[in-house]
Formats: sequence, structure tokens, C-alpha cells
Amino acid sequence: MNKCTERLYNGIIKENPTFILMLGMCPTLATTTSAVNGLGMGLSTTAVLMFSNLIISALRKIIPDRVRIPAFIVIVASLVTVVQLLMQGYVPSLYASLGIYIPLIVVNCIILGRAESYAAKNGPVESFFDGVGMGLGFTLALTVIGMCREFFGAGAVFGHEIIPEAYHISILVLAPGALFTLAMLTAIQNKLRLPSATNGDAPKSDLACGGDCLHCTGCAGMANHAVLAEKKAAEAAAAAAAKKAAAEKALAAKKAAEAAKTAETQKEAEEK
Amino acid sequence: MSKLLNVSSSPHVRNGISTKNIMYDVAIAMLPATIWGVMQFGIYSLVVVAATVLSCVLSEYAFETLMHKPVTISDGSAVVTGMILGLNMPPTIPLWMPVLGGVFAIIVVKQLYGGLGQNWMNPALAARCFLLISFAGSMTKFTDPVTDAIAGATPLATIKAGGTYDVASMFIGKIPGTIGEVSVIALLIGAAYLLYKKVITIRIPGTYILTFAVFAFLFGQHNVSYVLAEVCGGGLIFGAFFMATDYVTSPITPKGQIVFGVCLGILTGLFRLFGGSAEGVSYAIIFCNMLVPLIEKYTLPTAFGKGGKKNGGK
Repeated sequence: MNKCTERLYNGIIKENPTFILMLGMCPTLATTTSAVNGLGMGLSTTAVLMFSNLIISALRKIIPDRVRIPAFIVIVASLVTVVQLLMQGYVPSLYASLGIYIPLIVVNCIILGRAESYAAKNGPVESFFDGVGMGLGFTLALTVIGMCREFFGAGAVFGHEIIPEAYHISILVLAPGALFTLAMLTAIQNKLRLPSATNGDAPKSDLACGGDCLHCTGCAGMANHAVLAEKKAAEAAAAAAAKKAAAEKALAAKKAAEAAKTAETQKEAEEK
Repeated sequence: MSKLLNVSSSPHVRNGISTKNIMYDVAIAMLPATIWGVMQFGIYSLVVVAATVLSCVLSEYAFETLMHKPVTISDGSAVVTGMILGLNMPPTIPLWMPVLGGVFAIIVVKQLYGGLGQNWMNPALAARCFLLISFAGSMTKFTDPVTDAIAGATPLATIKAGGTYDVASMFIGKIPGTIGEVSVIALLIGAAYLLYKKVITIRIPGTYILTFAVFAFLFGQHNVSYVLAEVCGGGLIFGAFFMATDYVTSPITPKGQIVFGVCLGILTGLFRLFGGSAEGVSYAIIFCNMLVPLIEKYTLPTAFGKGGKKNGGK
């Protein structure tokens, strides 16, 4: 797979920021009162994320390591201001319903997380596509949550009411409904055995506790030291073995060369 | 002689009390209020209570079967949850709402936290609040049993609006309200049964009602009939004896139960007298449910042999 399409797949499915990385929960819970609000929030975050990744990646060699976080924040904040003003100008109703959550995109942990873990280490083009993938993954998740809440809470799909008002479970469009919906969707995902931060069936690490932070009681620390030491020893042994093998190979090669040389001299002598 | 050789770990002396006994005692204690409600509001209210009970029991059965857990419907806790929820419904509610409430109470509030004994919030009350927030209109539509007309206002709402009230009819239960909360006398008969059977102690309901009465006297109107009307109106008596005393979601330490009752009284008073709505018992109880671990932590009694200066105690 091409590196750029791989980034898109990674952002939307494999490392979906909401359902798998469990990042950016605050806007997820607060702005998904309807599918349109979720979509709007997702797309504005995507716009910021694409360009912040691009700019940060382009400037990654200029920004000093010590002050990188303030530098990232300045870049993100400038982009958020642009998005905010554009939204205020062209989609005032969405701007009004998202409210404080648009300026709060500045401190969205998905954006800083991608800047820290991807854009600051990779080239601009991959980083741009990483931003697009992550942003679209976020948009997808927010729209799905918004659709569920809107459907059961307000009986509507993208604003078109299809269930009469007497049957609306209006708690779902209020604050508790966000937590219920996210919890239910995550539960379904765990049931279907998709990997996520809260899924105990995620791939196990080599650590003694299996990397299962969900059930960590804190007593696995010493055991982990033992496992790591063992692993280190095994690595060292493997390295030593490889070195020995290389030396033997070199020796064998030398011997073969010598043998060939003697054979040649013999041949020469015979010819004479 | 072989009996003497039996070795077993403590406890060695058991009484016959089990979850099942307690739950059925609570269910029996709620019968007078249920019968009164059915007599007052007609046979449909019996259908509502039956629907919530069935919905709670069936969702417990379905969830535990699907999750491959031992099925615990015979311990009666789902029946009690269903009855409390049903008695908290207004008599004219569309049947699917209490059914949904029962499913919510059992699956979301009780089973998702691990079943009986693990839920930190009273399932019936959580479901009532869920329904109240979701369907505010249907959940507050009360009928007047005397005139048989749809009357919007319960006595509490009338008091809040500055209207008149009749304490005697509130005590007997000839007032609009939810199915189970209207008759104080029927609830007190049930409560007396629970106290006689030692299922509950007077600590939580006693301190709750007393604190609330003092609060209403201090911050409401300074006359006795007003305080009596506030105590008899709404779900206070029902809540104090049947919902605040739920074993799982109330403190088990004696001092903690008193603290719990006082907290409940103050919060109910705050919600009723200074809040937007005329009623505040359910919210007060589920709020105090959240304080229970904290209350228990600070009111833990000293174990036998651990007190005194010698052992570093006070």
C-alpha cells in the first residue's frame, strides 16, 4: 500500500482517534447532540489537523526541541482562528451551536498528539495525509455518535424528523446521553473484538503483565523487570551468536580462498 | 459423636435471613400502598406495576442468560426494583415507558456494574430520573382520584404555587400523585412491617424525615400544618422507608446511616424549597447514593479490641 493511502487507512480505521485511541473525548461528548453538529465539529477539526500537521512537519527542523509545545500551540491556534472566523462568516448556525468548542480545538489532544507523535518526525506529505486520515476518522466517529443520539433522542436523521415527538427519549440529546451512547458503541466494538485502548483482547506485549493496563494492579513491576532483563539477555546472546557465526563464516571464507589459492598454485605447477 | 469432629470456618451460627427473605418482605411491605393505588387510580395502575415488574425480571433473565452468568431472578431483587419503579409511575403513563424504565434500571444501572450488590445507585430511582428527564410531559401527568379528572398539580406543586392544601386527605391518600406515593397511612403500615421484621432500622428514615421537617420549618413557612403537608406530600415517606433504605446503596455503618439521613433531608429540602421543581426526593436519594462510599469510610466503627489509648486509638 502506498504510504499516503496507508496513513488514511490508519487514521480512519486502524487507529481511529475516538474509538481506538480514545482521544479528544471532550468535544466528542459535548458536540455530538446531532449528526450535523458532529459532522461540523469533525470537519473543522480535520481542516485544522491537516494544515497543522503540514506546517509543523515542514518546520520540524527549525523548531527547537525544548520549546516545541508552545510552538505547536501557536501554529494550531492561528489555524483555529482562521477556521473560527470562516465558520462565523459562512455557517453562523453551526458556529452558534458548537460555541466554545471551536476555540477549544486549540487544545484538542488529537491535534497535539499527532503533531508530537507523527508530524514532528515525518515528512510534510505523509504528515498531511496523516492529518487527513485522523481528521476523517474523528469526523466519522462524531457523525456516528451524533446520528445515534439524534435518532433516539430527537427522532431525526440529519434534521429530518421521522419519529413522532411522544417517542423521543430526550435524555439522549442531553449530557448523560453522550456518555450512554459512547459507552454503548465502545461496548459493541469490544464485543466484536476490535482492538481499542480499553479492550483486554488487544495484542499482548512481552511484559509480564501482557501490557494489560486495564487490569493492572501495580504489582507486576518487578516481574516486568525480570522479563525485560531476560529479553535483554536473550538479545545479547543472539547478538553474540550472530557475531560468532559471522566470524566463523569469515574464517570459512578465508579457508576456502586459501584452498582455492593452493589449488591454483598446484594447477599452475602441474601445468608447468 | 462424628458431629464434634466437623471442622469448618466461621461463621458458625447462622440465622435464616437471606436476600430472598428480605426482598420478599420489602415486596410484602409495599402491597398496602399498591392496593391503595389500584383502588384510587383504577385497574390500569395495576397493569403499570405488573409491566415494570415483568420488564425488570425479564431483562435480568435475558441479560444474565446472554452473558452466561448465573440467573438470579429468584432472589426477588428485580421484583422489588420493578415494584418501586412501578409505584413511582403516574397512573396514566403509556405502558412502553415503564417497560423501557425497567430495562434501563436492570441492564444499565444494575447489571452493567456487576449485578446485585455492585450497583452504586438505586436502579429504580435512576430509571425514574431517566424517564422523568426523557418524558417530562407524560411523567408529570397526574389524575385527581376524587374528581377523576386530569389534574396537573400535585399538592406539593399547589403549595409551591401558594395554593391551599388539606393535610388529612394527603395523609389518607385522596390526592393526585404517582401510584404508590399518595397514601401515607398505607406506606406507614408497610414501613411498620419492615421495622417489625427488622429488615430496616429507623435510623435512615427517621433522621431523613426529621431533618427535612426541621429544614422546612426553618426555611419554609413557620407553621406546623405546612411542615406536615410537606412531609406527607410527594414521595418523601415512600422514599425514606423504601428507597433510601436499599441495602446496596445506603451506608451499613450505624453512624453513617444517620449522616446519610441528614444529607438526604437537607438536599430534599433544598431541592423542594429552592429548586425549580416541587419534588426532589429522587434526586436527593440518587445524589446521596454517590456519597455512600465516602460516608462509610469516615464512619467506620472501631473493631472489638482495637480501641482505647493502648492500641493507638483515641
